[in-house]
Amino acid sequence: MTSLPETATARKLGLVIDLDICVGCHACAVNCKEWNTGGHSAPLTDWNAYSGTESSDGDDAGAWGVWFNRVHTYEVGDGAEGRTVHFPRSCLHCETPACVTVCPTGASYKREEDGIVLVNADLCIGCKLCSWACPYGAREYDHADGVMKKCTLCIDRIYNENLEEVDRVPACVSTCPAGARHFGDLGDPGSAVSQLVAERGGYDLMPEMGYKPVNKYLPPRPQKKTCGATGAPSRLEQLAAEAADAVPGGAPQTTGGKFLAWVDAVLSR
Amino acid sequence: MHPAASVIFFTTASGAGYGLLFLLGLAGAAGLVPASLAFGLVGFTVALGLITAGLMASTFHLGHPERAWRALSQWRSSWLSREGVAAVATYLPAGLFALGWVVFGTAGGVWGLFGLLASLGAVATVLCTGMIYASLPTIRQWRHPLTVPGYLAIGLYTGALLMALLTAAFGGSVQIFLWLAVVAGIGVAALKLAYWQSIDSGAPAATAESATGLGRLGRVRLLEAPTTSQNFVMREMGYRVARKHAHKLRAIAGAVGVAAPVVLLLIGAVAGEDADVVPLFLAALAGSAGAVVERWLFFAEATHVVTTYYGAEAA
Ligand code: SF4
Ligand code: SF4
Repeated sequence: MTSLPETATARKLGLVIDLDICVGCHACAVNCKEWNTGGHSAPLTDWNAYSGTESSDGDDAGAWGVWFNRVHTYEVGDGAEGRTVHFPRSCLHCETPACVTVCPTGASYKREEDGIVLVNADLCIGCKLCSWACPYGAREYDHADGVMKKCTLCIDRIYNENLEEVDRVPACVSTCPAGARHFGDLGDPGSAVSQLVAERGGYDLMPEMGYKPVNKYLPPRPQKKTCGATGAPSRLEQLAAEAADAVPGGAPQTTGGKFLAWVDAVLSR
Repeated sequence: MHPAASVIFFTTASGAGYGLLFLLGLAGAAGLVPASLAFGLVGFTVALGLITAGLMASTFHLGHPERAWRALSQWRSSWLSREGVAAVATYLPAGLFALGWVVFGTAGGVWGLFGLLASLGAVATVLCTGMIYASLPTIRQWRHPLTVPGYLAIGLYTGALLMALLTAAFGGSVQIFLWLAVVAGIGVAALKLAYWQSIDSGAPAATAESATGLGRLGRVRLLEAPTTSQNFVMREMGYRVARKHAHKLRAIAGAVGVAAPVVLLLIGAVAGEDADVVPLFLAALAGSAGAVVERWLFFAEATHVVTTYYGAEAA
């Protein structure tokens, strides 16, 4: 059924992504691909996976494939205020997504119990209309299977009793080496993720679309322009001079010092 | 948006087919054309042939054409599903109407009622087609008040061109349909001009700043894309026609699709009730070619908000 649940779902499972912490390593995207190419929507097909070329007219030459999670990198602000922000992007499991309601077959649906948006690959006719309706580019069509694929919030991990409890989180969350990704129930104001959002001013992407994304993004913290008093000297030359004084034989950076070092190196061969 | 040949062919062919069916239904019921075997046979073959060919073409771009019937199930929420239901439902009165006309030689009475129902079905189907596009908030050039009128007007125009040709060939009031085509053509031109002017000056639906939510920190531009090669989203949604090409193609659509047919129609009009089929045939041909160019532009000029993640400043 592609009508949305009549009332907002009580549980809203989703992700909170900390743009202050993400280092742009793409580990989440890679582990997502690895888990999901054997998971609920398997396989995530690749074409010309080892090709380094891409034809300019965008035909099938060149490497490409189905991914659920992609990391963009943006330059934000100008001059001294400029900064680099790494930006992972995947399905936001929106509360009122048109990707579900436009689906003519009932293949796309939003689960009543936890709000996860899924595609039933047995019903999908591959019309691609849902991908047109998603503002966030979260749906990718698999030409080999002829069906639409998207992030499942690792539905086959989070409820998987064969996994250790600590591993029952989406693959991207479990793998992030920087701890930039959090998973939880955003419908429960007391949950750790909801509190994080409240504390850090987590926000919605493209709110003007009216899809009410469940996933939230935490903004980069303000840049630091000053440093605290740590007792460290402000200039390194001073340290180098002190170090040179402490070494018998004088300062290594003088010509004489370099010559002696060379003689030493030649003689010790 | 990537202009897929199958969708362009589907929407223009079925649009003309439904336009013709709409006029056959009305004209038949009103007795404006003879319920002759030749008129009926050719008229319904062309109308239902264009509709059916279009519907078949629309299944070519599906990943699973064999499951196409499933698309009839979600009419409660999906305009695509409603379009499918309306298309299938229209075959019933259209078929019965054709039966009365071709087999029993009458388009009046109860058969005329089927004709009117077929006309209604034709309008409903094209309306649903337009709504598929008009209901997507992600593409501002489609979520536009003139999208649905555009689909309806072009369907009526291309249908009227065919009807004028049919009446010239098989009898009936040529002048009515010829002038209807002229008026519809001018209407289409006015509507598309207003539409193009509006989309050219329209405010973007989203910006790189709102897409990333990073506008609070300053101007946002893409430093590195997720991959060095293309992906599905970039290919499907990232298609953009150069502005100067778009303007040239708009002129071509206007010249070939409206100006040329109107001149040819007027040549037909001068000849009165025994208008020659040749100029009317050429008018129908040119009008259809113009409709294809217009539909290609409808896709190629549409910018999807997702492109703001991939380097577009706004969409
Ligand atoms: S991010 Fe896109 S695919 Fe996911 S629920 Fe929202 S609209 Fe649908
Ligand atoms: S591609 Fe599949 S899931 Fe998407 S709208 Fe079409 S049938 Fe539904």
